[in-house]
Amino acid sequence: MGTLDKNDESVGTGLVGAPACGDVMRLQIRVSDDGVIQDAKFKTFGCGSAIASSSLATEWLKGKTIDEADTIKNSMIAEELNLPPVKIHCSVLAEDAIKSAIADFRTKQAAKRSLAK
Amino acid sequence: MSLKFPIYMDYHATTPVDPRVIETMLPYFNEKFGNAASRSHAYGWTAEEAVSVARERVAALIGAKNPKEIVFTSGATESDNLAIKGVAEFYKEKGDHIITTVIEHKAVLDTCKRLEKDGCRVTYVGVGPDGMVDPAEIEKAMTDKTILVSVMLANNEVGTVQPIEAIGKLTRARGVLLHTDAVQGIGKVPFDVEALNVDLASITAHKMYGPKGVGALYVRRSKPRVRLTAQMDGGGHEFGMRSGTLNVPGIVGFGRAAELMRLEGVEEAKRFVSLRERLLASLSKSLDAIQINDHPTQHLPGNLNVSFSFVEGEALMMAIKDVACSSGSACTSASLEPSYVLHAMGIGDDIAHSSIRFGLGRWTTEEEVDFVIQLVSQKVQKLRDMSPLYEMHKEGIDLASVQWAAH
Repeated sequence: MGTLDKNDESVGTGLVGAPACGDVMRLQIRVSDDGVIQDAKFKTFGCGSAIASSSLATEWLKGKTIDEADTIKNSMIAEELNLPPVKIHCSVLAEDAIKSAIADFRTKQAAKRSLAK
Repeated sequence: MSLKFPIYMDYHATTPVDPRVIETMLPYFNEKFGNAASRSHAYGWTAEEAVSVARERVAALIGAKNPKEIVFTSGATESDNLAIKGVAEFYKEKGDHIITTVIEHKAVLDTCKRLEKDGCRVTYVGVGPDGMVDPAEIEKAMTDKTILVSVMLANNEVGTVQPIEAIGKLTRARGVLLHTDAVQGIGKVPFDVEALNVDLASITAHKMYGPKGVGALYVRRSKPRVRLTAQMDGGGHEFGMRSGTLNVPGIVGFGRAAELMRLEGVEEAKRFVSLRERLLASLSKSLDAIQINDHPTQHLPGNLNVSFSFVEGEALMMAIKDVACSSGSACTSASLEPSYVLHAMGIGDDIAHSSIRFGLGRWTTEEEVDFVIQLVSQKVQKLRDMSPLYEMHKEGIDLASVQWAAH
């Protein structure tokens, strides 16, 4: 749980969900030069299952490469946490948060490369 | 005195049975077990006599002139069904239009929806941001086909006490019947069927320290005499309005609970007011960004519905599991929709998701309130530290201006 500097170019930030739906997740990753996730942090507004899903996601992300992280599926989170059907959307949101953080990181890297050229 | 966990602060949901009520009920399970409808022997007469005492006590609590105006049922859901369906069926030649409000209990709303399928027309009047029904809206909705208006005495979520007196004047002037689901307000706020021109009232024992499974429908007998079509066919019990062998121990307990409420309700409500004030004042002092959803003045004495912005209600309930209370959050209901009552008041879904309802009652102590204040303050802060929304709020970001991806 916590916050990474979203302006740091090695940090990818994903913010998904909506307050009106009762779930908002922010997931952040810090990626090393060789593409390994060194740190991951979350902050979540949502029910216990939403908080647990995002917390588990950050645990799983640490030490994985970006490409490995991209293969994490909501069903894996739901299975690990034994989520009941009514809470499956929490795991879907966590997967979205991972994807969104990775996309943000990749966008930043692409911008950096084009700037370097 | 040591605290017993979890601390019960959900007195709107149900109440424990008062030991004095249990004591009154006990002989009617074995010693005095007779069927109140047995006219041929002493067992039956004893039971009948006990039921008649209970009937008088319930009548006295609500100001009914005639104890025969009390029809015992299995609870308020049955009373609501009997009142609304019974009137709709009996008066169908006279009219087919019913007026109710969007904040009623499901026992009223779903009964009305059923009647709509059967060809009745129902107008659902809205409420203001304070949760209050405007009598003028009721008047506007009335047509010459209107047979019944049903408005609750006090709302179960936000505790708003509705202007039944003003509505009663309108319905009486127009010759329309007035039903009120009085479950939450009885004994806590003034309620007198004569003074308020109420024709039908649903009440239940388990919200007033009586047993579950017993309730009553007040059905006015004179000026006007209200007629109902029974919804349960059988032996013609309860003046032909509700067949079924009477739940004598339950009814006896209900009677005793009603008597205690009549004698002690006003006095104990004063205590709830001060405990609620203590809870509210301390929470407001220790936490920022909280919103009170109760009406500022017209609310039940022991009701506090509060939204802790940026914290989701179910997560908060998990965090404060030492307190038994309820939430307007979608996650606590099967439907995944946040509270329809808060929604009707124009409260945003985000605030509705963050709401908690505390209900104080007969055995709530100052010590318990103080414990809850400390626990809630601490846990809300913890969850806010975990909340991206609180962080954004602190950074000065207007959450309403953010483009959220609804899911």
